[in-house]
Amino acid sequence: MRLKIDKLGVVIAALLAYGAFLAPFAQFRANRIVPGEARSILEALPAGLGAALLAFVMISIILIVLKTPTIVRLVLGLVALLVLAVLIGLSAGHLTPPENTYARVSPASGFWLLSFAFALVTADALARLKLSPFARVALLAAVAGAIAALLMSGAWDGLSILKEYGSRAETFWLEASRHVVLALGSLAAATLVGLPLGILCHRVEALRAGVLNVLNIIQTIPSIALFGLLIAPLGWIALHVPGAQAHGIRGIGAAPAFVALFLYSLLPVVANTVVGLAGVPRDANDAARGIGMTDRQRLFGVELPLAFPVILTGIRIVLVQNIGLATIAALIGGGGFGVFVFQGIGQTAMDLVLLGAVPTVALAFAAAIVLDAATELSSNKPGRAA
Amino acid sequence: MIEIDSITKRYGDTTVVDNVSMTIAPRTITVIVGTSGSGKTTLMRMINRLVEPTSGKILIDGEPNSAIPGYELRRRIGYAIQGHGLFPHRTVGENIATVPTLLGWEKSRIDAKVKELLTLFQLDPAAFGPRYPHELSGGQQQRVGVARALAAEPNILLMDEPFGALDPVIRAKAQEDLLAIQKHFGTTIVLVTHDMEEAFHLADKIAVMDKGRIVQYAAPEEMLVNPATDFVETLIGAGERPFRLLSIGSVGEATEAGEAEGEAIAAATSQRDALSALLWAGRDALPVVGADGTRLGRVTLAGLARRAARPQ
Ligand SMILES: Nc1ncnc2c1ncn2[C@@H]1O[C@H](COP(=O)(O)OP(=O)(O)OP(=O)(O)O)[C@@H](O)[C@H]1O
Ligand SMILES: [Mg+2]
Repeated sequence: MRLKIDKLGVVIAALLAYGAFLAPFAQFRANRIVPGEARSILEALPAGLGAALLAFVMISIILIVLKTPTIVRLVLGLVALLVLAVLIGLSAGHLTPPENTYARVSPASGFWLLSFAFALVTADALARLKLSPFARVALLAAVAGAIAALLMSGAWDGLSILKEYGSRAETFWLEASRHVVLALGSLAAATLVGLPLGILCHRVEALRAGVLNVLNIIQTIPSIALFGLLIAPLGWIALHVPGAQAHGIRGIGAAPAFVALFLYSLLPVVANTVVGLAGVPRDANDAARGIGMTDRQRLFGVELPLAFPVILTGIRIVLVQNIGLATIAALIGGGGFGVFVFQGIGQTAMDLVLLGAVPTVALAFAAAIVLDAATELSSNKPGRAA
Repeated sequence: MIEIDSITKRYGDTTVVDNVSMTIAPRTITVIVGTSGSGKTTLMRMINRLVEPTSGKILIDGEPNSAIPGYELRRRIGYAIQGHGLFPHRTVGENIATVPTLLGWEKSRIDAKVKELLTLFQLDPAAFGPRYPHELSGGQQQRVGVARALAAEPNILLMDEPFGALDPVIRAKAQEDLLAIQKHFGTTIVLVTHDMEEAFHLADKIAVMDKGRIVQYAAPEEMLVNPATDFVETLIGAGERPFRLLSIGSVGEATEAGEAEGEAIAAATSQRDALSALLWAGRDALPVVGADGTRLGRVTLAGLARRAARPQ
């Protein structure tokens, strides 16, 4: 059998070699804000385990460089990620001196490079396998389950990011829920308003250009500026509309954050609704009218079902965008994961920044996978305009 | 009865349908022919008000068609659109069931109707009912489009080039089926076609359109004998006249008493096809049989030749 070389594999192997042999695996700090000291794999892990990890990486390099079956690559990637996740937890225990509660251990560039490289292998294998939407969501659930199990088992408790979590567990979940409410709530509001607005724009051509232009301009306003612009009107409402203040409407806080996210969300929802409806075959619309459907029946029976995949794509854009943008809400007291990010920056505590950033990225990633699967399912239905 | 009274449609400065008046008798087939862009589709779509006329009015059974909401009017009038216009996200069965569902028929009645229509159009209900339109050939899609137009048993059926994509065999069958349906339900049919053979075979009356106007509206024989303009004559094809005349009538009408040898011809066959059969068989006469197989008599070359001659 002739051995063939995988091109992407060569790049990944280089990353792996650098990450394993040259870059530090973990970082040790005497307390949470002093600069860290680098620790290589052999230093960061108990004797034997470090050597085993190096051997594992070398075998992986060979398997990845050669054209191995996709399923082998997938299993390798997943196993490697799990191994890395467990080992980084072990290194925390190994590096932290006994009874020391100030010392911090966090993953360093070598760990991130190795994880990134194996994640690439996994993603590449998944793309080649062309998994069905259901399989992708199931895999996502399995990965989420594995992460949850690692978190609950305490395997990662020694890591700095979890120490930050440990000292503010309650706030974490509070901000998490505020983050989700901000992102999902503004999406729901934008869908509720944007869908009818999109339908209206589709039906009334005179409105279309105007509405889309206004929404486009809103998109270009930087978020901080938009918050600033919202202070005055919301402050006015809080003062003059009875009951507004009782519902938390003020010039700063969650209300302007919500409104800003809502405004940013409108363009993708409205634009995709318009594009989706315009893509409905003329013949189908014509026939719907020709056989006696009312405008309403045509909208719900023919136009919306056929435009649905495109509209769903708009909603996916909004959801992922909102999960990221909701971080900014913390700047004006709107809460969310951004609270940790900005506190962390203020205290130059990277671990705290990560406590805010990592869940945000994970959430956005998961939302993208789930909605992509939903979009594919809906456009896979035979005959749907893709 | 459909009475079209000086109807005109203008788009901006262009007049697409120009002051057309015609009366379509109930339980007849009227075929509209004419060059592409002459306004056939537009005229037809003004009957079910998919297009609102610029001026003029249309009465259906004495009632102006503007008396009821457009969608209600259209549920009573079957419409097979040019192309086929099937809903891509609904199965063949669901497509056909659309109007009966809108009208609130019972499920069992709808299912039976879908089955009946698919069978009528030579599509196996079990195989084709659950399929999506894109899984059908062009001709199959077209038949489903016609089946959908027929589903609610409308009194009036508008068909815009319904058989364009069918192969000659299926097309001939579809034409026979249409004639049978029309006889059975007494449907008033308005049909647009580019196929003159089809027009002469199906029509009780033919309307020839040119640049938005009706240049002649007459029974097929009349049109053959007295074409109103050069345009009509060209459209009919002067060299085809005797054969067109024969395509109007069926063998049944040309059957004479007597015996003949050879392969029997069905009485429903057009006289034109019978002539072909006679010429091909090299015989002067062939036996004629009814639908049930009983011998009715014979058809002769001389008899057909007489019928193909210019009527006096
Ligand atoms: N909505 C519209 N706006 C402007 N012009 C139109 C419109 N609909 C049709 N027309 C024009 O009206 C004329 C007649 O169109 P129509 O569809 O009735 O022709 P037709 O006789 O059915 O042609 P074909 O045999 O090609 O189907 C054409 O020139 C067409 O371009
Ligand atoms: Mg037409």
